[in-house]
Amino acid sequence: MENNISQQSKTENETPEIVIEESPRILTDSMFKKFFLEVASITTFTFRFFKEVVKPPYEFNEVMKQSFLIGYKSLPLVAITGFIIGLVLTIQSRPTLAKFGSESLLPAMVAVSLIREIGPVITALIFAGKVGSGIGAELASMNVTEQIDAMQVSDTNPFKYLVVTRVLSATLMLPILVILADGFGLLGSLVGVNIKGNVSSYLFFSQIFQSLEFNDLIPAIVKTFFFGYAIGLIGSYKGYNSNKGTEGVGEAANSAVVLSSLMVFIIDMIAVQITSLLQG
Amino acid sequence: MQENTTDIETKSKTDSEKKGDVVIEMQHLKKSFGNNHVLRDINLTISKGENLAILGQSGTGKSVLIKCIVGLIDIDDGKLLIFGQDISELKNKKLVEIQKKIGFLFQSGALYDSMTVRENLEFPLRKQSNSLSKEELDSLIKESLHDVGLDKAIDKTPSELSGGMRKRLGLARTLILKPEIMLYDEPTTGLDPITSKEISNLILEVQRKYHTTSIIITHDIECTKLTADRIIVIKSGICGAEGTFDELEKSADPWIRSFFE
Ligand SMILES: Nc1ncnc2c1ncn2[C@@H]1O[C@H](COP(=O)(O)OP(=O)(O)OP(=O)(O)O)[C@@H](O)[C@H]1O
Ligand SMILES: [Mg+2]
Repeated sequence: MENNISQQSKTENETPEIVIEESPRILTDSMFKKFFLEVASITTFTFRFFKEVVKPPYEFNEVMKQSFLIGYKSLPLVAITGFIIGLVLTIQSRPTLAKFGSESLLPAMVAVSLIREIGPVITALIFAGKVGSGIGAELASMNVTEQIDAMQVSDTNPFKYLVVTRVLSATLMLPILVILADGFGLLGSLVGVNIKGNVSSYLFFSQIFQSLEFNDLIPAIVKTFFFGYAIGLIGSYKGYNSNKGTEGVGEAANSAVVLSSLMVFIIDMIAVQITSLLQG
Repeated sequence: MQENTTDIETKSKTDSEKKGDVVIEMQHLKKSFGNNHVLRDINLTISKGENLAILGQSGTGKSVLIKCIVGLIDIDDGKLLIFGQDISELKNKKLVEIQKKIGFLFQSGALYDSMTVRENLEFPLRKQSNSLSKEELDSLIKESLHDVGLDKAIDKTPSELSGGMRKRLGLARTLILKPEIMLYDEPTTGLDPITSKEISNLILEVQRKYHTTSIIITHDIECTKLTADRIIVIKSGICGAEGTFDELEKSADPWIRSFFE
């Protein structure tokens, strides 16, 4: 017994020395190691998702419930933001177009930038902030309070029940929210056009539909599925693998937002490259 | 110390021979978290219908031990046999079959916050809910709530329950599947003496009614006295002592006696 104790105190004494000796190189090394471990663990998590998503039994009810919650919770925020963005974009663009005497292009220009880029990205960022952090915090707190363990011992696969359902719901709901945000954005734009000038809604929308092409719409919608998927997956990953402590909940929510927002931009960049390749 | 443990081993062997089927058997079980060697060498046999109480100071790995049994934590080394089958050698399906027979009451309750009391109880039954009619499901839930005296709380959420009610709901949720092995992690901690006694009696009742084999982790000496057929004390990762309540209460080791004061 005594031997044990003296050994322990020795190792305890040694640890601070190691910390002091830790050079910046070792620090960056361990950061790299941490980064690659994280990448590896996210990759396994992703593979596990694909493995479990095809395996019955399917949790249809839970997917529907989560989709409803996710969509319902984000709808007001998405609608208001969409409207304001459409309005502001219109007001801001008018002077520039006026310089070239092409104010009549205003609805078309706003619609194209809204639907192609601003609508999907802004909505995805809001979604990351609201839904991604929500999933992260919810799963992390279930992890801390051992609810995930409890599911496992009551013969339910918690990955399937919690993670797969949420990722699917996020993937399905974000495109719908983006379409709604685009719609509200166009309404905002209609209001913006009519602040200085008089454009009937018939004229406004017929101008938009003349200028919009199928090629604008499809890639813009397709990429939102990927945004939703990434946000759901990262939120779930951060929550499911959170530290078992109360601080783990906040940390999971926070890092879910940071990482999934970053992912939105990265996916957007890749999507733009692919679209321009296909269309060019 | 050495002599003691060999004594214990022979004793538990004769015990299990007397009582018949061994349900859980551990041989040289080890578990560490990094440098934290929590379980160093656990040897243990539990026979059918037996109530085993585990005592030990906070942080000695009592919860880790029973989490190993239910498969929430993988063991590092040694053997863990449940119903005579080596857990580490079993394939997924068989493992699930065995785990289904084990009920686990979490120290923290682990109630599902987002669900009502009724939904909490429905959850363990959801795999079977297709084969159960609505009335059967309803009566199962009502019965198990009645068993733990929570009839009126059926539509509340866990956050609206008191600590004792949460413990009882956790118990009801575990018992609803009628497991053959029950693992109780501190079932009476934080409860008043009267409720504690009720829960202890409930544990006994369950054991008599369903012939469950139970492991009860507890710091509550009343609960130990009422429920335990046999007691082990865990000390720095090994079974430090083993015996019946009366034997340990009169132990020569003052440290062991101190648990019974
Ligand atoms: N998942 C885990 N990861 C790392 N360490 C763990 C984990 N679970 C438990 N431990 C460590 O194992 C040790 C034993 O923990 P355990 O929860 O089993 O204690 P306990 O005997 O149940 O104590 P208490 O009576 O307070 O509940 C502790 O030092 C704890 O830090
Ligand atoms: Mg414990």
